[in-house]
Amino acid sequence: MFLKQLSVFIENREGRLEQVLDTLKEENINIISLSLADTSDFGLLRMIVSDGEKGKEALKARGFTAMLNPVLAVKLSHQVGQLQVLLSEICKAGINIEYTYALATGNDDASIVIKTADLEKAAEVLQKTGVELVSAEEL
Amino acid sequence: MIWNEAKECMSRDEMRHLQSKRLVKLVDRVYHNVEFYRKKMQVLGVEPGDIKGIEDLHKLPFTTKSDLRDTYPFGLFAVPKTQIVRVHASSGTTGKATVVGYTRRDIEIWSECVARAFTQAGLGRDDIIQIAYGYGLFTGGLGAHYGAENLGATVVPMSTGNTKKLTTMMKDFEATAIACTPSYLLHIAETLEADGDIDKIKLKAAICGAEPWTEQMRKQIEEKLHINAFDIYGLSEIMGPGVACDCIYHKGLHVYEDHFLPEVIDPETLEPVAEGETGELVFTTLTKEGLPLLRYRTRDLTSISYDKCECGRTLARISRFKGRSDDMLIIRGVNVFPSQVEAALLEMGETAPHYMLIVDRVNNLDTLEVQVEVDEKFFSDKISELENLTKKIAHVIQQAIGLAVKVKLVEPNTIQRSMGKAVRVIDNRKLV
Repeated sequence: MFLKQLSVFIENREGRLEQVLDTLKEENINIISLSLADTSDFGLLRMIVSDGEKGKEALKARGFTAMLNPVLAVKLSHQVGQLQVLLSEICKAGINIEYTYALATGNDDASIVIKTADLEKAAEVLQKTGVELVSAEEL
Repeated sequence: MIWNEAKECMSRDEMRHLQSKRLVKLVDRVYHNVEFYRKKMQVLGVEPGDIKGIEDLHKLPFTTKSDLRDTYPFGLFAVPKTQIVRVHASSGTTGKATVVGYTRRDIEIWSECVARAFTQAGLGRDDIIQIAYGYGLFTGGLGAHYGAENLGATVVPMSTGNTKKLTTMMKDFEATAIACTPSYLLHIAETLEADGDIDKIKLKAAICGAEPWTEQMRKQIEEKLHINAFDIYGLSEIMGPGVACDCIYHKGLHVYEDHFLPEVIDPETLEPVAEGETGELVFTTLTKEGLPLLRYRTRDLTSISYDKCECGRTLARISRFKGRSDDMLIIRGVNVFPSQVEAALLEMGETAPHYMLIVDRVNNLDTLEVQVEVDEKFFSDKISELENLTKKIAHVIQQAIGLAVKVKLVEPNTIQRSMGKAVRVIDNRKLV
């Protein structure tokens, strides 16, 4: 039901992002989607990759701080207002959204990654509305 | 002008005689009134009768900052608390303050020494002196204040924190002198420059201390403000500001050695070094009543000269400081030990024990950045959590050292690991 997201801590230094990507390439890990959040001192790279466990171990071996954590990925159709409808359900249930970014599955839909405070509850709410969650097997 | 010519210009023989007489009395006093010293001397097999003059100084035990910490708060006081009229405190290595106490006579002698220093700076009763050291537990503000009053000058107790008010009063009161840290004075100079007020002030001298500074910085202050700047030295354990001060010839700081007997030792062997050679400065407080100390190791590195100065004073002179024999930093006048930061981080338990302190001077104000490695234990996929962690670390460190810090999270293993003594500090201020 949940996808494993690979998060990596990156200092704001030249070449660090490239070194993360280089590590994943070396291990033949495909990046399906990514989002980079930046602050004045550091960046936080969040990715959905083909093999999260392997990616995490490879990054740790190269000295990075990396972790895996569950996120929800939801399939949306390419229609105006789809995302709003979906989020309003989560809001009505009183669940706080921590972050979200687009998921490129290569299919015709417009999937999205969502991290909320209570993932189980969010998944339950979303499934009731009939939306389809992206499973790890599909990637 | 010389404030106390009899003492400041006496022959070396007379000085040695006076110091010897005072040392004998001091040793007798601490042996009988301070258990700590009695025990230390007993361990060394030394009795008060063995000390006949300053030639016997080497027989006496050393005192360190940790001795003051271990006897916190009043363990080394040599008089009943009824005779203590004031205490001051400075930060210690583990967050516990170092507490010092003064009798009424101690305060008088302190005021005498500061008055000597201000006189050396060419000041007298006609002057208006702004005291812009912090007032409070720190010895800077009240120490300079009492000395300036003793001098007979008009004292303006500014304390720190409001630069605009300070520059306004400097102009309006036609202040002729200021006592503050050198970095703060540069900040004041820049404020005056920015407001186009440099030519509107009547300042002629500044007495700066409480933090390390360079000869270049002294000249920079003099040129910017068209004044003479003097270097005053002191430490709360010995008294506070006014242990030594330089004169118009700027060839070392005159030590008021009728009250504070200086030695310069090799910090490794603890043996005295030859005159003119660099070593650690050690003081014995010859006349202190409240908190008399034997051979207190200041950790400040300097050299000493006993030649008569062109100004006429015969007092020993110590050179501008060349660093420290421990890892203490002085940041905005606050003593900071890297171990305090380490203890705070370890106590928090949420970070790796690897950290680096980056000290810098931006716009003449000291800054402290603490770099902490982000390890897996507390890494999060949420920016807000990482930012909260940063804030929490900053808060914990600020509580421990009493200084605002900027915390920067860095990647693991980026802070240099060392086989021997870890390098925990990068000081970009270039003070030596």
